[in-house]
Amino acid sequence: MCNQSVGLISSIIEKAGIPTVGVSLLREVAEKVRPPRTLYVPFPFGYPLGKPNQPALQHQVIEASLNLLGAKNPLPILVDFTAGS
Amino acid sequence: MATLDDLSFTHRMFMRTYKFCSVDWLPGASLNKPLSGSKFALVTTAALHLPDQPAFDSGIRGGDSSFRELPVAVDLSQLRIAHRSSEFDQTGAREGPNLVFPRDRFQELVSAGKAGALNHRHFSFMGSITAPGQLISETAPAVAELLRQDRVDAVFLLPV
Repeated sequence: MCNQSVGLISSIIEKAGIPTVGVSLLREVAEKVRPPRTLYVPFPFGYPLGKPNQPALQHQVIEASLNLLGAKNPLPILVDFTAGS
Repeated sequence: MATLDDLSFTHRMFMRTYKFCSVDWLPGASLNKPLSGSKFALVTTAALHLPDQPAFDSGIRGGDSSFRELPVAVDLSQLRIAHRSSEFDQTGAREGPNLVFPRDRFQELVSAGKAGALNHRHFSFMGSITAPGQLISETAPAVAELLRQDRVDAVFLLPV
């Protein structure tokens, strides 16, 4: 249910006027909750940035997420993360 | 990769029949400045809390919708995890808390000039909320208001 909670909190902060971007571990939940900007990551539950103590991989996920803040696509945006992308 | 099939039978059946909620946020907000000039805040649903903060209450039916403030200078090794979900494998988060609360990663982005600044406080929820009425009506709007008062430019959110 964490993925629904992130989507709802994201939506409410966005509604207050602050742009948001969130990670999702379950694509089907992001499709139903429809927060403004979501990066779907192919990682297990509990591992939203991939692996512990791997800054390079964690930076890839974070920077792929932050790039969605500047995307010109119509909202909501749901993008799949691929390592190296 | 996480899928519904990774969940226990009970949780899988629950998720397949659960009516997911959404909140109307349209038309959405825009980031009208570069990332390098923006102040960021983090939201995690890993149920992190400081040793001197009350733990999240796993006994609340429908989930504990409260939140905890995490100061930017928090000692990550001191953070505790009070998450009730059996689906949240806490091994990785305990090995390296940046996996679920990437404070250090964002400080590195600031140092590299890729992000402008980190807010002085960040927010933790226990994401395992099946009845999100209070989250939607009270606690998430309260966090949004605090972020607005802090003049945060953008927010990054992580589930577990």
